[in-house]
Amino acid sequence: MPSASSSSASEPVFRARGLTKTYRMGEVEVQALRGVDLDLYRGEFVVLLGPSGSGKSTLMNILGGLDVPTAGEVWYEGHHLTGANQRELTLFRREHVGFVFQFYNLIPSLTARENVAIVTEIAEQPMTPEEALARVDLSNRMDHFPAQLSGGQQQRVAIARAIAKRPAVLLCDEPTGALDSATGVRVLEALERVNTELGTTTVVITHNADIARMAHRVLYLGDGRIVREERPARRIPARELSW
Amino acid sequence: MSALTRKGWRDLWHLRGQALAIALVIAGGVATLVMSQSTYESLTTTRELFYRDGALADLWAPLTRAPDTLVTQLQAVPGVQTAQTRLLAMGTLAVSGFNEPVRAEVVSLPIRGGQPLLNRVQLRSGRLPDPDVDNEVVVGEAFAVAHALRAGDMLRLTLRGRQRWLHVVGVGTSPEYVYQSPPGAVFPDFQRYAVLWMNRHAMEKALNMDGAFNNVVLRLLPGARQAAVITDLDRLLARYGGVGAYGRHEQTSARYLEEEMRQLETMARLFPVIFLGVAAFLLHVVLMRLIGTQRDQIGVLKAFGYPDRTLAGHYLAMATWIALGGALLGIGLGAVLGGWLAHVYQGIYRFPFLAYHLSLRAVTTGVAVSLAAAAAGALMALRAALALPPAEAMRAPAPPRFGATLIERLGLQRWLSQPARMVLRDLGRRPGRAVLTVTGLAMACSVMMVGRFQGDAVEHMVDTQLSIAQRHDLAVTFVEPAPRRVVFELAALPGVREAEPVRTAPVRLIHGHRSYRTVIDGLPPGARLRRPLDTQLRPVTPASGGVLLTDYLQGMLDLQPGDEIQVQALDGHRRLRSVRVAGFVHEYIGAQGYMDLDALNQLLGDGDVVSGVLLGVTPGAEPDLYARLDRRPWVAGVSSRLASVRSFYDTMGESLLVFTWVAALLGGVINFGLVYNAARISLSERGRELASLRVLGMTEGEVSTLLLGQLGLLVVLSLPFGFAAGWGLCWMMAQGFQSELFRIPVQLTTATYAFAGIMVLGASVVSALLVRRRIARLDLIAVLKTRE
Repeated sequence: MPSASSSSASEPVFRARGLTKTYRMGEVEVQALRGVDLDLYRGEFVVLLGPSGSGKSTLMNILGGLDVPTAGEVWYEGHHLTGANQRELTLFRREHVGFVFQFYNLIPSLTARENVAIVTEIAEQPMTPEEALARVDLSNRMDHFPAQLSGGQQQRVAIARAIAKRPAVLLCDEPTGALDSATGVRVLEALERVNTELGTTTVVITHNADIARMAHRVLYLGDGRIVREERPARRIPARELSW
Repeated sequence: MSALTRKGWRDLWHLRGQALAIALVIAGGVATLVMSQSTYESLTTTRELFYRDGALADLWAPLTRAPDTLVTQLQAVPGVQTAQTRLLAMGTLAVSGFNEPVRAEVVSLPIRGGQPLLNRVQLRSGRLPDPDVDNEVVVGEAFAVAHALRAGDMLRLTLRGRQRWLHVVGVGTSPEYVYQSPPGAVFPDFQRYAVLWMNRHAMEKALNMDGAFNNVVLRLLPGARQAAVITDLDRLLARYGGVGAYGRHEQTSARYLEEEMRQLETMARLFPVIFLGVAAFLLHVVLMRLIGTQRDQIGVLKAFGYPDRTLAGHYLAMATWIALGGALLGIGLGAVLGGWLAHVYQGIYRFPFLAYHLSLRAVTTGVAVSLAAAAAGALMALRAALALPPAEAMRAPAPPRFGATLIERLGLQRWLSQPARMVLRDLGRRPGRAVLTVTGLAMACSVMMVGRFQGDAVEHMVDTQLSIAQRHDLAVTFVEPAPRRVVFELAALPGVREAEPVRTAPVRLIHGHRSYRTVIDGLPPGARLRRPLDTQLRPVTPASGGVLLTDYLQGMLDLQPGDEIQVQALDGHRRLRSVRVAGFVHEYIGAQGYMDLDALNQLLGDGDVVSGVLLGVTPGAEPDLYARLDRRPWVAGVSSRLASVRSFYDTMGESLLVFTWVAALLGGVINFGLVYNAARISLSERGRELASLRVLGMTEGEVSTLLLGQLGLLVVLSLPFGFAAGWGLCWMMAQGFQSELFRIPVQLTTATYAFAGIMVLGASVVSALLVRRRIARLDLIAVLKTRE
């Protein structure tokens, strides 16, 4: 199995070695990860591709401090994540990680601005909610409640919420999975802009091979392993994508 | 077992925490119902059986003296079945090792021995006195137990100034003295009041009543008109000093017992209503929620072709099991508690037996109300779910719509953090639910306040009645009205600081067609030891000529200040005189009149006399005074105010404490059921939202604050309503308890408010902590993938 390496000379933001994860689902043991080595570098836009059950989400959950591996180790900028307790993992997420969910997971009782504010209020050096929403082109919808926004708009609020704390890494699990093509492209544009302008390391999990064309690096997962790694010779801007 | 049934049981198991909380509340409601109703019914039955076995009289007629031969005439009165003449006398007892005066009511037993025809003595141990031996006596059980007296013990009785030693040969009780309280007192005093049964012959000698009687009790023929018999009797006994015959409703013991039963009945009605009401509400909310989360399942089942009726039955069955489980638990608990409570009452009343039975009516009512509440809750929730077409039901419900709350529309949002806004908007979106939760919490709070209400009321009553209105240390009563100069004699006794005369005259007050038997106290001008009070608890002096009446009589006799009222003296000359109502005084205990002493004597026309003296005594002088007073033949009895207060607290204290804690426990159960369920429902509704926030980096504490903060706000909001509801409930109980015997004031202490508040907060914190453990177990990963 080839290890995922990078040509970048700088130190990696994330370094994972020998990650395995085994779940017990009732009587059955499921091996979600079977020894993954991975380095992620600052400013990278990485797409994780793979079929259902290939271990994409498990890998992301471990990187984001939501889950712990059965074996193997993860370092974030020299911090040893695999040895951290729940409280430290919460603090890690709070300070360094931005999440974008497939189903947005906005708080229905808060407006767009307030959904961002709920994160900026607990972050150390956040941007203002207004700035975050401007970055995803939603300055004119700031005082709308989720029920008053379209799916794409809701996902862009979720992105604004994720980037507002200036995270080192943005983890997006099927960010366009619930959206139609045109709307999905607008969401990807937002991610692309954040990646370029803020230099946020961005990991996008998707089924959608087209999205891989906008990545610096594409990792193919299969059966709990990284089976292939590609660097597209030419990156396609998000607005040119369609599926 | 069908798949649907199996699903029902598994859902029930999944919801066991909530189901248990609801079942407990239902159990609380049913238990109170069964307990109080069973106790009430058992005591009523016991009382009836005891009255029947003991041949309780229908009428009592006290008089001064009549020859025994009069009995044939008494028996000839139309409507009379049986007449039993006897002697009654008040005396004082000395019990070795007890240094306070004991008042004794001595009742004669038939001259030829054996049981009287009416008001029989039920022997608990020993035997009746030998008719040929004059110094044998049967002692009332309550008093015997209080002083550990047994057959073979000796007592010293002072009757009309003459002391004699008596042999206790038996311990007994009688339906006439179920409630043993000294004349003029409201509460029983087992230590300082005794009933003795003695040979008629011995009493005739002691009272100089050879061949005469001073009291007759009668049994009426079935269908006889009591009022007509009383008129005939009064006419017949008038020349023998008859002071008016009266029936059971005016006989002290029967009347008090009746009153107690009425109070018990009030409680048996009031409490279960609150509990079952809250339980029904909880059941409704939880079923709504449960059925809400099962929309998709309902859709699938409908798509498969399950008819609405089957699905309704499925959810109804779940609700029914919860309700039935709670009801059964409640019946068991109520049966145990009822048996215990009935025994406590049996002890207070000294019933020789207890006819305890589970109230069938309470059991059926309890089960029926629980099931009806469950069915109503389930059906209301089901109506919405079943109305949806299958495809619609399988889709997730539209995202909830939120809007800015009033506070924000007022421009105050700057001061609100995001979590605070979430809490407020969530409340604003479901105001109905918030209102219901607050209502339920307020009910819990009010139940706990009711638990302490009686204690507070009693304290206030004792405080005003005994500290402001009755300030004497000792009350000396005379055998019959004595010349006023005896006041000076008593005032001169060593240890007496103050002495004030009092004339207590038994009277019948008549206004129009209404009348009431009571007493009028004649007080000297400027009395300091006995002072009637106005509504502001300020002492008022009876103006010469007019009569001041207890405010309760205003409604009872339909009176206005300035009205003329007829006063018939029940001893002496039995004259009917007209007196002006000068005003009303505020009293919690009893209902009577007050007049200027001279004016009263003038009204009664039997000279310048007093019937007793109130004494202020220097501390420590009492024992010596008791001995001196005991030697005076015209002293019928001495009572100590302090002792009566103490005995009152002894009697009431324990049962009040038990009641307080039972109510607190039940209130706590309601509270727990409500908060726990509300938190669990919120958690399941908002689990995804809260887990997202945890993913976004919020700590467990922060997320808990969001969920529990909302409940905390409701709990705090509920407190003022709870206090108001508690006051209202106490007021309702006070109204229910109102009688001419006593009126319970709605005077709640700060401690009671604090107690209820702390209990509500405490129960809420416990439930919150239980739910908080679940927040720690939120599945952060699952929530990212699944859609609601």
